[in-house]
Parts: sequence; structure tokens; C-alpha cells
Amino acid sequence: MTDVTTTAPVIVVQRGSLELTLRRLTSDRVSVAALVFICLLMAFALGAPLIEAWTGHSPIKQYREAGLTAMGLPVGPNAEFLLGTDHLGRDVLVRLAYGARVSLIVGVLASFAASLIGVTVGLVAGYVGGWTDMILSRTVDLVMSVPFLLCALALVSVFGPSLILSVAVIVFFSWTTMARVVRGQVISLRQREFVQASRSLGAGPLSIMAIDILPNLSVPIIVYATIMIPSSIVFEATLSFLGLGIVPPAPSWGGMLADAASNSIYLVAWWLVLVPGLALLLTTLSFNLLGDGLRDALDPKAAVVRHPEAKQSSAR
Amino acid sequence: MISFIASRAAFAGFLLLTLSSFVFILFFVAPGDPARMIAGERATEAQLVQLRSNLGLDRPIPEQYVKFLGRAIQGDLGFSYRNQQPVIMLIANRMPATLSLVLGAMVLWLMIGIPIGIVSAISPGGIKDRLGQSFILIGLSFPTFVLGMMALYFLYFLPRQAGFTLFPPGGYKPFLADPWLWAWHLALPWMTLALVTAAVYARLTRGQMLEVMGEDYIRTARAKGLPEWKVTLRHGLRSTLTPLLTQLGADVATLLGGAIVIEQVFGLQGVGALAVQAVQSQDRPIIIGVVLLAGAFIVVTNIIVDALYVLLDPRIR
Repeated sequence: MTDVTTTAPVIVVQRGSLELTLRRLTSDRVSVAALVFICLLMAFALGAPLIEAWTGHSPIKQYREAGLTAMGLPVGPNAEFLLGTDHLGRDVLVRLAYGARVSLIVGVLASFAASLIGVTVGLVAGYVGGWTDMILSRTVDLVMSVPFLLCALALVSVFGPSLILSVAVIVFFSWTTMARVVRGQVISLRQREFVQASRSLGAGPLSIMAIDILPNLSVPIIVYATIMIPSSIVFEATLSFLGLGIVPPAPSWGGMLADAASNSIYLVAWWLVLVPGLALLLTTLSFNLLGDGLRDALDPKAAVVRHPEAKQSSAR
Repeated sequence: MISFIASRAAFAGFLLLTLSSFVFILFFVAPGDPARMIAGERATEAQLVQLRSNLGLDRPIPEQYVKFLGRAIQGDLGFSYRNQQPVIMLIANRMPATLSLVLGAMVLWLMIGIPIGIVSAISPGGIKDRLGQSFILIGLSFPTFVLGMMALYFLYFLPRQAGFTLFPPGGYKPFLADPWLWAWHLALPWMTLALVTAAVYARLTRGQMLEVMGEDYIRTARAKGLPEWKVTLRHGLRSTLTPLLTQLGADVATLLGGAIVIEQVFGLQGVGALAVQAVQSQDRPIIIGVVLLAGAFIVVTNIIVDALYVLLDPRIR
């Protein structure tokens, strides 16, 4: 009769939504692996000068004595050049580290800027409706149906390749999916009671969009922005591969692959395609996996995993 | 129905107008004097003035634009700076390679992508679905040129070193000369393009199938005793046709304007390779021609896709 008092009370821990999300995310082994890879990649990119100091090899210096064979061919991975050298005798490892910076900077920057534009356009189109919506939606349709790699070629041919132009081109052609998704969500949200309540309290359209609607869109925005990163990275690598992105001799993964492809030198030096190729593949794969994991962790109610209907296939 | 056609036609016109203004502005307003590019560095000022008046470059910009549009509609895309050949001929010469590449790959990616999507969707969460989703994820993550270079290394170079030629390294052989040689040379580009694109179609098919397989009409179809494969194919897959068609139209249209990356990797002398070469040699009329042609492809494919919509979806009629 008295043991009621002796049992320990059940402790109810209140967990915030961030903590719950993190718990769900970390319980998914694939997402954790992807996250770990991305963190390692960031450390690798940030530590590029350290790697340069440690190996004693500059990313653009040509080591014609040690880095090329007597025949003038690149040397494979060895004690001095851990990942081998390229056709000019440059250290592939050091170039890979500096190239990772380009990929990450372009990927994150372009996705961030494109998300900003996409969210703004989607919010305005969905909330204001009418003519504004029609014009904005047709613009989205238009940008989506333009052959963007070809237009990027035309732009670069006139203005010359540069990092800024690459980012601008990527942003210009990738904000549309976000705008579509946000618009759809806003249209269903703007009829809801909490928006009407806010409006009846005298809130203006700007404050309703920013304070009432925007926080409800955080899940799709985070997920789509994450998934936009790998497409931007591939877009940049494609531009550099075609010689229209980062200007040589500055290292970028796409440029390294372009160097490998020219004269088909990679056929005798497999590391020239496998090293940057696998780095690129693993990076895009990790970001895509993380995006999927985030979607599941942020929105556990969604039974069916829906993917964005992005025109990812067009970069071919 | 009429408003549907009208809105689609308006969009097509708008798209062509935007693309043509885009290239026109790039061509005529951007830095660089076209007359100087045609005449070369050593041309005298008098020659340049003469050339500008011959080309109509001394006219007001709006007038130039209208003339440029008028010529483009008649198929006159100007002449290459490099060898003075008509741009339309240069592009026409490259079309067979691009057409062969895209249409062949299209058949392959539909044959790979749709079945994977179906199999994945009929047992969600199962081992087949996991395999299917892995295929989708890897396919979506693989940069086309990386897959192409790896295919060349493993399927052309390594067998070659071992002493036999499994696949050729690239290049285009005309279909009419030798269909077998044509297909053999295109096999690797086809596979590369098809594998990365199939992932998109598998994902689309899977998502759409998952959505409809819970619908009432599917239950009705099962209840009336249809075998499961008939339910899946005739009722389930039927609903995926419209989104698949939309995606297919967009992909084929874009690729016909130049499968730039694939052509570059495999040394196919298609429209995309022509555009890349034109960029490298600053041959702007060719770039303009290819962009306009791509726009025309997009518009034509849109018309075909819209016509097929009307056939497939009675609600539009």
C-alpha cells in the first residue's frame, strides 16, 4: 500500500522541435554518414593552405622534375604526391583541396541567393495573386523552359568566364523550383484562420507574409535549399568542364576533369578522372542524401517521400 | 479548349521573342564590334564603315531587331565569322549526330526508368524499392561527364589494353553508311545519357504511382477482379503518362538544342559541340543560331506534347 510513494516519478522531458528534429536526423545512419562527409569536406576545403604547407606543393606550380616522368607523363599516387600529379606536374591533392573551396562556395552561395529570390517571388505570387501571380508564374515557366546551358554558353562567350558570372548564371536558372513550391504552399496557407485572424487585427500584407506565412514554410525551404546545393555544384563543375567557369590555372573540380579529358590523358592516368570524379560524385550524393534525411526528420508525418520536380536532367 | 490553345500559343510566341531578344542584345549591344570581328584586325576604318552599312549595323537598334527577326523566321541565321558558311547549313550538318544520340538515348532511358519506377512503387519500403531508390539517388547525383569519362575508361580503354575493342572511344558514323557501326559508336554515349536521365523518370514514375495506387478507382479495379498487373499497368501507369510526357518534352527539346556535355565527352560532332566550338572561337552568329534553333525545338515539342495531352486527358477537351 505504501509503495506508491517509493516508485520514482516518471520524468517527462520537454523537447524542443529542433532537438526532436536532430534526434530523428541522427537516428538515420545514412544522413549521419552524409553529414560527416560534408563536414570532412568543409574541413578539407578550409584546410587547403595547411595541406599546401604540409606537402610543400603550391596548387598552381608545375613540378616538371618530380611530378612528371621522363616521358613527360603524370606520375601516379606516391609518397611525395599522395594523389599523383596532373599533365603539367601539379599536385592533384592540393588542387583537389582548393577545388573543394570553389565547389562549396559556388554551391552554397548560389543556392542561398537562388532560395532568396525563389522564396520572395513565390511569396508575392502566392499571396498577392491576380495579375502579379500570372506574370510571375509565366516568368517561372519561361525561365524553366529556356535551354539554360546553351544560354550560359552564350553569356560566357560575350562576357568571358569568371567565378561571379558562374554564380550569377546558376542563380538565374535555379530559383524557379523554389518559387513554384513556395507559391503552392502560400496559396493553401493564405486562406487559413491564423492569417485571417492576423489580417483582422490590422496586419498589413508584408507583415502577414513575413511573420505569419514564412515561418510555416521553413521545412520546404530548408529541404529544397539543401537539394539545390548539389545541382549548383554540378552546374559549376559542368561550366568549368566546358572551359566556361573558373578560369585556369585556379583549380576547380570541373576544370581538373576538363584537363584530364583534354588529349584523353586520363586514359593513362586513371587518378586524374577518379579522384575529382569521385569527389564530385560523393559530394552531390551526400547533399542529396542529407536533403532526403532532412525532409524525413523535419516532417515525420509525410509518409510518402516526395521529390522536387526540378529539371535536374537538363544540365546534359 | 480554345483558351488552352491560345494560352499555349501566346507562351510559345513569348518564349521565342524572349530568346531572340536575349541573343540579339548579346550580339549587337554587348561589347565587341561585329564589323571588326568579321573584317579582322587589319581592316581600315573605311572598310568597317562600308561593312557596317552593308550589314545594316548603322541602322537604329529597333529596326535592326525587326530585320533580324524577319531573316531568322525565313531560316536565314547569317554567316559564320570564321568560314563565311551559312549558319543554318553548319547546324544542319550537325543535326544527324545530335538527333541519333538523343532519340536512341530516349528509348533507353524510358525503358530503364519507367520499369524501375513501377517496381519500386508496387512494394514501397521493400528491398526492390530500396534498390530502385538507390538507383534514383545515384543517377541524380552522377555528373554526366564523370559517368561518361568513367565509361570510356572502363569500357573502352581497359578492354583495349587487354587487347580487344569492346566499344569505340567515340565519334559519329552515319546511319545510312552502316547502321551497325552507327549503333556501336553511339552505344557508350547512349548508355551514359540514358542512365543519368533514367533516374529522373524512375523518380517521377515512382512518386506518381505511389500517389494514385491508394485512390478509389484503383480499389474498384481490384474489386472487380482485375489481375494486379493489369491494375498496375492499365490504371496506375496510365495516370503517370501526363507528367512523364511533360518531362520528356522538356528533356528532348533541351537536348536537341545540343547535348552539350555528352557530345563533348565522346567527341560527337553534334550541335552542342558546334556551340562550344563557336564559344571558343567567338563565332557569335553560330551561338545565336543554335540558341534560336533550341527555342524553336522547345516550341515545337510543346505543341506536340500539348496535342498528346488532349489525346491522353479527356478533361482538357
